[in-house]
Amino acid sequence: MTDDNKPVDEHSGLQTTGHSWDGISELNNPLPRWWLYTWYITIGIAVIYMILMPAIPALPGLGTNTPGLRNHSDRDNVSLAISEMQQKRQSDATALLDASLRDIETDRDLQQFALAMGESLFGDNCATCHGAGGRGAKGYPVLADDIWLWDGTLEGIETTLRHGIRHEEDEDTRFSAMPRFGQDGFLTAAQISDLTEYVLHLSDRSDDPEAVERASGNWVAQCSSCHGDQGKGDRTQGAPDLTDADWLFGDSKRDIFDTIYHARNSHMPAWEGRLDDASIKALAVYVHSLGGGE
Amino acid sequence: MGLMNNHGVLERHSLLLTVGILVVVSIGGIIQMAPLMYMDNTIEKVDGMRPYTPLELLGRDIYVREGCYVCHSQMVRPLRDEVERYGHYSLAAESMYDHPFQWGSKRTGPDLARVGGKYSVTWQVDHLKDPRALVPESVMPPYAFLAEKPLRTKDISARLRTERLVGVPYTDGMIENAEAHLLAQADPEGRGFEFVDDLVSAYAEAAGREGSFELRDFDGDPERVTEMDALVAYLQMTGTLVDFSTYEADDLENRR
Repeated sequence: MTDDNKPVDEHSGLQTTGHSWDGISELNNPLPRWWLYTWYITIGIAVIYMILMPAIPALPGLGTNTPGLRNHSDRDNVSLAISEMQQKRQSDATALLDASLRDIETDRDLQQFALAMGESLFGDNCATCHGAGGRGAKGYPVLADDIWLWDGTLEGIETTLRHGIRHEEDEDTRFSAMPRFGQDGFLTAAQISDLTEYVLHLSDRSDDPEAVERASGNWVAQCSSCHGDQGKGDRTQGAPDLTDADWLFGDSKRDIFDTIYHARNSHMPAWEGRLDDASIKALAVYVHSLGGGE
Repeated sequence: MGLMNNHGVLERHSLLLTVGILVVVSIGGIIQMAPLMYMDNTIEKVDGMRPYTPLELLGRDIYVREGCYVCHSQMVRPLRDEVERYGHYSLAAESMYDHPFQWGSKRTGPDLARVGGKYSVTWQVDHLKDPRALVPESVMPPYAFLAEKPLRTKDISARLRTERLVGVPYTDGMIENAEAHLLAQADPEGRGFEFVDDLVSAYAEAAGREGSFELRDFDGDPERVTEMDALVAYLQMTGTLVDFSTYEADDLENRR
């Protein structure tokens, strides 16, 4: 910005800004040309952007912002990206949907696809409770063994996935409720202590035959209707086998006492709605393949 | 060049200069923010959003207090892989009763915007108490003490009133009965029994549907209402309020 009225500095021969602070003045060096033009170009780009992209908000009362000539929308783009992806998966997904679970397991290509899909879905959604690879945790069943509370068949696993266990919002959920014998006052702590011995005796671990004897009446009255006379369990109501070495909530005396006192009745959410049908089928095949599918 | 030559006036009066600076600097801010206050499409029109129940609100306060947002975001971005993993991308409407919002900026742990209902209540409690018992590779610290700390509920009515002051539509009834509502949600069969109907109807009216929250003991200890009860009640609600069956994603006002 040159200005003929501005004084010129004697030493450099350049104009000064014309300001003087106690005799000190400042040279008026212009901005480098390349810098200045780059700046003008960025302003130009901003104007073009405002025309092409959603940008300028309307004045109050006039509604929204300008949509821009390109009609850009992140939300439309993601919907598009997802439908494109679904299209790509369409042939395999339809094959999964059309085939029965049994057919998926016997068709090698289809099985590979279902297992790959199931593995990634399992990592996202199931491993949080059931552990990586279905290794389970206290209170969260191991899926990699051949012990099943409800049903270890392909169809059974699919039903569990779809409707959950004790998932009250789902009418078809698997449901049963063990009474809270101690908490709700059906039995006294002493009776529960004896029953604990009885349960231990089912797997030959009791060292108190008198307590077992005392509890046998309560076993018949309270427990055997679900867990069976011999304590072998009943899969139609998810009552576990008490004679084996598999203990979902711990095998110690203390754990078993707590289980009888408070009851456990764990809850698995239903996945229908959260996952699509093809995903649920793939997961059923994957879980079935983990170790002990029936 | 008259104006240019008079800048000395501004430069010699510090108060005038300060005012001038404020005016210039605020132009950018006003242009960015003011339109959001009046534009029709700032917040999507959705069904199902309601103010948080007192128990959820206190749970949210614990979420903030414990700094959950430092490692967990609550924002499913409109990107394909995120929508695939977490579910529908987050809407502005879903945080409209958040003061402040919990979008977060970092994901050491997973996004929590749609964690509500994904896992069982028991899992949330077990996992908060000892994350590595369930997920051995987790780096999340344990929060077992939440189950020991009784929830501070005395000032809950004032808490709701504060929210109303900043625009959350709590009704007089909701504010007046806040403590009773809290008990009703956390102990519906015991101390809160007689307030259950009132709680359900008040928040069902706000949400336009029933069943938008669970009434139960959350932490496995029905005797006491603890901070664990509140936090898990909040977590089980996140991302579940908006009814996506009536949400028009293609509507011009919902484009972004």
